[in-house]
Amino acid sequence: MSAPTGITRATLLKDLRLEWRSKDAINSMLFFSLLVVVVFSFSFDPNAEESRRIAGGLIWVAILFAAIVALNQTWAREIRNQVLDAYRVSPAPANSLFLAKAIGNFIFVSVLEALMTPLFVVFYQLRPLGPVWQLLIVAALGTWALVVNGTFFAAMSLRTRSREIMLPLLLFPISIPALLGMVQATTNILTGEGARVWIALLLSYDLVFTTACLILFETVLNAE
Amino acid sequence: MKKAFPILGILTAIVLSYALYQALVVAPTEQTMGEVQRIFYYHVTSAWTAFILFFINFIASVQYLCRSNSGTDRIASGVAIAVGAIVVAAAFFTPVPSGVRPSAVATTGLLITGLYFLIHSRFSRADTDVLAMVSAEVGVVFCTIVLVTGPIWARPVWGIWWTWDMRLTSTLVLWLIYVSYLVLRRFSSSGETPLLAATLAIFGALCVPFVYFSIWFFRTQHPQPVIGGGGSIDPRMMHVLLINWLAFSCFAFLICWSRYRLEKLQREVEQAQAMESLTQSSRSPR
Repeated sequence: MSAPTGITRATLLKDLRLEWRSKDAINSMLFFSLLVVVVFSFSFDPNAEESRRIAGGLIWVAILFAAIVALNQTWAREIRNQVLDAYRVSPAPANSLFLAKAIGNFIFVSVLEALMTPLFVVFYQLRPLGPVWQLLIVAALGTWALVVNGTFFAAMSLRTRSREIMLPLLLFPISIPALLGMVQATTNILTGEGARVWIALLLSYDLVFTTACLILFETVLNAE
Repeated sequence: MKKAFPILGILTAIVLSYALYQALVVAPTEQTMGEVQRIFYYHVTSAWTAFILFFINFIASVQYLCRSNSGTDRIASGVAIAVGAIVVAAAFFTPVPSGVRPSAVATTGLLITGLYFLIHSRFSRADTDVLAMVSAEVGVVFCTIVLVTGPIWARPVWGIWWTWDMRLTSTLVLWLIYVSYLVLRRFSSSGETPLLAATLAIFGALCVPFVYFSIWFFRTQHPQPVIGGGGSIDPRMMHVLLINWLAFSCFAFLICWSRYRLEKLQREVEQAQAMESLTQSSRSPR
């Protein structure tokens, strides 16, 4: 169990089990994004042509706001009973903890997306003109981009006053290129234009920031 | 040190007033835009100054993180040398964009490495944190000037205050990133602030190319007619622009310097107060 992958798996399974039993994050995320969908539908006329142009932005903004909920409680759980301090003094590598948390959040947000997409399709009468399988790639890359930086910044904002507000303040500016990529890729697939460039952008964003997170996470975890 | 400050202050005042005279009187009036174009000398120079300050913030943050142990410090120095070497090599062996001289690119590469080692030799590790903070603060001020003078210029020339064009948007996003950096510094508790801030600065700097390219893709797909695109500049205007840039750089340097001294004194006072309360509490009987 002491191997890095073992620690990642153990932490991940623990988080998934906790979430499975409490369903705190997923319920609040679902309800929140449902509210966003309904509120947005008042602000414009959801006919097929209009929605196709606007839905990409809508979906991702709803998911971004909802993901903040899951990201904020990632580390809060470990503060109770000084779990994080115990982890710090243990010889376990910091990055396996980070990966477990990031993968956990990735799963939560992906579940949210899987549940929300049908709702979007129904409410906004979406019928994509481009290849649908590309949406899966965009969703996976985009979610990872949000979640990997989000997990990192959540660990950072733990050490600040008013940490719940701090996370979006740190995460949103850095996520703007990724968000632009996701929105444009989704819109282009829905309207039937090419999205290759945006997928390449998302992929390189993911690679660069995952590397940066893995290099710097130990510093942030042990910051005193 | 104490004498140099007022001397530099007077020099800056002289250069600034000379630059003001050059920009308002000497520089030729632009044909189509007229007098309003003169804001150009402040708009562009502030932008250049802000970008340089953000770059200093990045280097100082890297050094703060890397100099905690000698191994990473050596790696970072190696990377700084390698970056300089690659830029110089690229300047001469790969085709550079038209209108850019290879020697200018090579000089930039050497300046990057030079700046890295200048900061490395002049600042201790604790001081690089102060430097990072000061350069971010002053950089945000200059970036704000850019964002304010831009619309003032755009309104009479383009007929609109703001457009989501590539450069405007990327400057705004850059401003947002560094404001979030300052917010983090303000909100985190004292001991860990330098480390967290340095980490965020590195994330912000990594983000800059992505911001630039994403907005470039975005705007090439939906071209805007407002930007005139490229074009040459009158050599007399270029001359005035460079004088103004010199003046603004001196001014920024002066502000950074005084802010740096203020921050150092502030930290000394805080340390002294902490020590005092510590000795008092150990002396006083229970």
